[in-house]
Amino acid sequence: MIIPRLAIKNLLGAGLRTWLNVVVLSLSFVAIIWTQGLYRGMGDQASQAMIEAELGGGQYWQPNYDPLDPLALQDAHGVIPDGLKQLIEQGQATPILITQATIYPNGRMITIRMKGTDPNQNILSLPSHFLEADNDEIPALIGSRMAKSAGLEVGDSVTVRWRDAGGTFDARDVTIVQVMRTNVQTIDQGQIWIPIKTMQELTLMENEASLVVISKDTVDDKNIAGWEFKDLDFLLADVKALVRSKSVGASILYVVLIALAMLAIFNTQVLSIFRRKKEMGTLMALGFTRFQIIKLFTLEGALHGVLAAIMAAIYGLPLLIWFSKKGWAMPGSVDSYGFALGEKLFPTYSAGLVLGTTLLVLMITTIVSFLPTRKIAKLKPTEALRGRIT
Amino acid sequence: MEDNILIKTQELVKIYPMGQTQIKALNHVNLDFQAGEFAGLVGPSGSGKTTLLNIIGSLDSPTEGSAEVMGKKIEELSHKQGARLRNQHIGFIFQTFNLLPVYNVFENVEFPLLLLGDSADEREKKVMQALEWVGLSDRVKSKPSQLSGGQSQRVAIARAVVKKPGIILADEPTANLDAENSHHILQTMEKINNELGTTFIFATHDEKVIRYLRRKITLVDGKVAKDERFENPVGKGEYQ
Repeated sequence: MIIPRLAIKNLLGAGLRTWLNVVVLSLSFVAIIWTQGLYRGMGDQASQAMIEAELGGGQYWQPNYDPLDPLALQDAHGVIPDGLKQLIEQGQATPILITQATIYPNGRMITIRMKGTDPNQNILSLPSHFLEADNDEIPALIGSRMAKSAGLEVGDSVTVRWRDAGGTFDARDVTIVQVMRTNVQTIDQGQIWIPIKTMQELTLMENEASLVVISKDTVDDKNIAGWEFKDLDFLLADVKALVRSKSVGASILYVVLIALAMLAIFNTQVLSIFRRKKEMGTLMALGFTRFQIIKLFTLEGALHGVLAAIMAAIYGLPLLIWFSKKGWAMPGSVDSYGFALGEKLFPTYSAGLVLGTTLLVLMITTIVSFLPTRKIAKLKPTEALRGRIT
Repeated sequence: MEDNILIKTQELVKIYPMGQTQIKALNHVNLDFQAGEFAGLVGPSGSGKTTLLNIIGSLDSPTEGSAEVMGKKIEELSHKQGARLRNQHIGFIFQTFNLLPVYNVFENVEFPLLLLGDSADEREKKVMQALEWVGLSDRVKSKPSQLSGGQSQRVAIARAVVKKPGIILADEPTANLDAENSHHILQTMEKINNELGTTFIFATHDEKVIRYLRRKITLVDGKVAKDERFENPVGKGEYQ
């Protein structure tokens, strides 16, 4: 216990020098946890929004379906197999039919994806109930981004042209019944939603779908002949990769912060070793071994990390908790991030993140504190007592 | 008589490299010190006093020859064994006091006992006793920066004596003190020597210290030039 006791005394005895290092290091702690929590929250929020609006608990894909290949959509449809039909009837799944189409709003031509969905589905948060038609018009649901880019509003009619299963082009007018506000771009940008029954009739794809979304609570990944099950890990892989790539960019900030804090601690350690040679000599004369002195100086440096963690907990914890409750208002330009974000971003701080960051910073602090002390290993007691170092 | 010998040097040589040349700080020194001696190494600067003291204190090792302290050959000790010897058997008093600045008087004196692993009760008893010997039992909470030079040196003496070592090595202990404080310190050390039988070896060229010595070893150019013993040292002499 003598070494920790002496280390604490020395550290606190150093006064302002110690507290400057501790403040810088505690700022790094809070900044790292804050930014990581922000990106974690971003990932969680984007994933959750996509699960609710588009992905459900997973999807069964018709084998030709590839969301990244518009040309493959022509053949990406098939009769819904019995196994899935059963789930749909039980309200545990909903089919979606997708085909390429062109709309002609305001004299312009825009290539879109026409998607058919069940107006009565409640698997996804998509406001599909607006698609329940009580007249001959074909109701269409679009997102706010689509409405903006096509210049469409509720009540507008727009001509849609598509190719049916037989390869014949056909066209009809659809009426915009609702412009939905969603932060999930993949159900909004460049697409219109119509009732699946109508779409099946128009495209001559009776009882067919491109994919079937199962509900979040349905644990079903059984083999359905001819259809491929895609779980959430697969479906969210791109979002997670995107968030990861963005968080790597942000990590530059805390690398700089940590580097600054470590530089201060390294500098303090080097100065300490040069200034306190006589003290080291005295400790040796009193019976300390070199190893014990190395331990003492390393511990003194590492304790900066402990004090910083305590300080960060005192002012950072309330700050982070407040922030996670209030959220961070996102500017409109976040659409360019490429994934779903709400108007506010709520950071997520897990115990793992806080503990992991604390351990990481403590580990780096200890290593940085240890490096200059290697000089002590060569220290001769007589030289140290004279205030010299070899 | 042989049984009482705490320190024995035989043909002790210490050479320091100095650039291209070498300096022979100790040149075939043969000395014995018995338990309870109050001896001093005297001589001009560079005569080898501190070097000999450092080797006896296992802070340095000889280049040639042998130095045996409390039955241990210094030249054969590992760094760790040297530290243990210092911790258990040797106390040091330095010219600049070398107190630990962040510790108060009590903690400074307590420090060697912590290293020895004494219990809290034992430590408190021993520290208070040591501080009483040096007359500082009323300054236990003071920090070194609040003490005068004389008081600091008395704390250093208490720290050296608290573990009741066999040997106390004092390197120019009065060099930073005025005459009055020097005599006070020396009288304290003399008292400890008489009461506890602790062997004191000084490295000094201070005449005030020399007046208290019962044995004066004069070193010149690393060699023992004279080894004198005094039955009745002058002590404070005309200052009394």
